[in-house]
Amino acid sequence: MNDRLYHDTLMEAARQATGHGRLAKPDASATVDNPLCGDRVTIDLRCEAGRIAEIAHDVRGCILCRASASVLAREAVGLDRTEAAAKRAGMEALLSDGALPATPAFEPFRPVAPYRSRHDCVLLPFRALERALGDVG
Amino acid sequence: MRLDVDWIRAQFPLLAANPGLHYLDSAASAQVPASVIDAVQRFDTESRANVHRGVHRLAERATDAYEGARRTLARFLSAHPREIVFTGGCTAAINLVAQGYGALLLPGDEVVISELEHHSNIVPWQMLRDRRGIVLKTLPVGEDGRLDMAALERVVTKRCRLIALTHCSNVTGAVSDIGSIVDAAGTVGAKVLLDGAQRAPHGPIDLPELGVDFYAIAGHKMFGPTGIGVLWGREEALARMQPMLGGGGMIEQVRIERTTYADPPQRFEAGTPPIAGAVGLGAAAEWQEQQDWPALTQNALRLTGRMLDGLAGIEGTRIIGPTGLQGRIGIVSFALEGAHPHDVCQVLDARSVACRGGHHCTQPLHDRFGLAGSTRASLGPYSDDAAIDALIEGVAEARRIFA
Repeated sequence: MNDRLYHDTLMEAARQATGHGRLAKPDASATVDNPLCGDRVTIDLRCEAGRIAEIAHDVRGCILCRASASVLAREAVGLDRTEAAAKRAGMEALLSDGALPATPAFEPFRPVAPYRSRHDCVLLPFRALERALGDVG
Repeated sequence: MRLDVDWIRAQFPLLAANPGLHYLDSAASAQVPASVIDAVQRFDTESRANVHRGVHRLAERATDAYEGARRTLARFLSAHPREIVFTGGCTAAINLVAQGYGALLLPGDEVVISELEHHSNIVPWQMLRDRRGIVLKTLPVGEDGRLDMAALERVVTKRCRLIALTHCSNVTGAVSDIGSIVDAAGTVGAKVLLDGAQRAPHGPIDLPELGVDFYAIAGHKMFGPTGIGVLWGREEALARMQPMLGGGGMIEQVRIERTTYADPPQRFEAGTPPIAGAVGLGAAAEWQEQQDWPALTQNALRLTGRMLDGLAGIEGTRIIGPTGLQGRIGIVSFALEGAHPHDVCQVLDARSVACRGGHHCTQPLHDRFGLAGSTRASLGPYSDDAAIDALIEGVAEARRIFA
């Protein structure tokens, strides 16, 4: 199980931590907690014309959460609010229904699907992103 | 006589059906012996009816079963049945005191809790503070994961009306120094409530010896069903309390203009109570009464020592709580450097070791230690050496994967 869940691509994404940190002057920020475990993700955004121009994240969480934030940071630039919601829906569908991911970069999270209690770990950065985008005027 | 753990495991159907399972999550929910499952099934197949309401024979049998369970719990706690209130659980029991006794408090009155508490012994008091204007004070926790008793004198003032603390921590495993707490309360005339959720799975409790005023326990942590718990309160304390819920079964007389309430414990049991759950909890208390607790306690401490030693041998582990065997129960929580508790638990699960990862409903305690969460292994009477071996090997593997 451990090799399947914690495979190299996922571990590498967590280690790279693409987008880790905070933006100096974000247009929007949001922090969400996972009330079950106390994990916390903060997302900062800089936007141009309603689209994400720059994203940064600060994650206090598990490997799955960190890998998810890292992958999301790579995928989020250029998205508007609707497209970001579609990304989250795509990840949810992959986890809950085993749907083919519309975003190939989400494929490494497929082994998480059988572990229902871990879905929220993967989705926490997506929830933070959505909340941050809600603050973008 | 050496303890026969295999014989104990055989009494728990889930464990008997899963011989490879290392269940180290009893602090969250203990497993259930066959005698409890049988008692619940027997009630539903032979005696199921409502209680205190019918005169037919089945209703009599149901009432006998329910009140019999109350007498069993009274015996288990060395208390009087009139002082046993069945609740939906330990959380409901604490909330009942926060509302029923809390209604007697005035703005400026003080309630003392601690950093060590489960959220269920924090949030109800914060809600009372916001409702009644009481002052909530906090006893700190020392580096060893025990209540800082030196701070007791400072925190407990003349305005203190209630001290609400855990009997045994669900994270550090530390057993609180109840004698000092009761003494401190006595000097200012305050009541003492103990959250006994983690103590109740470790054998019968001598409440008169403890000298407290309220005691809350959870059925599912002491080998009983879920959805049932007990609030014990001194008769005179319960008599002063207002009910939390209104409805059938808790009244003396109802008129459209006004209602008078029944005496305790019925005053606090509005609506149809969890009858089958109470019967199951009674059976669970009886199961405990039949066990050899000195031998079980000795074995639990031996296994706890093995856990502490094994974890100390893995680089990067940090025990949250006492590292010795004095004044503790078989709960060990730890942080593993570089590894998140969820990831540690996932690795352990692959080895059929069931542990809990997270904040265990004690965020203030984890804040105190600068952690978001920890991994917790908690023993039951069915825990064996194989479980400890699997735990230690699994944590070592997690260290290799994540560090």
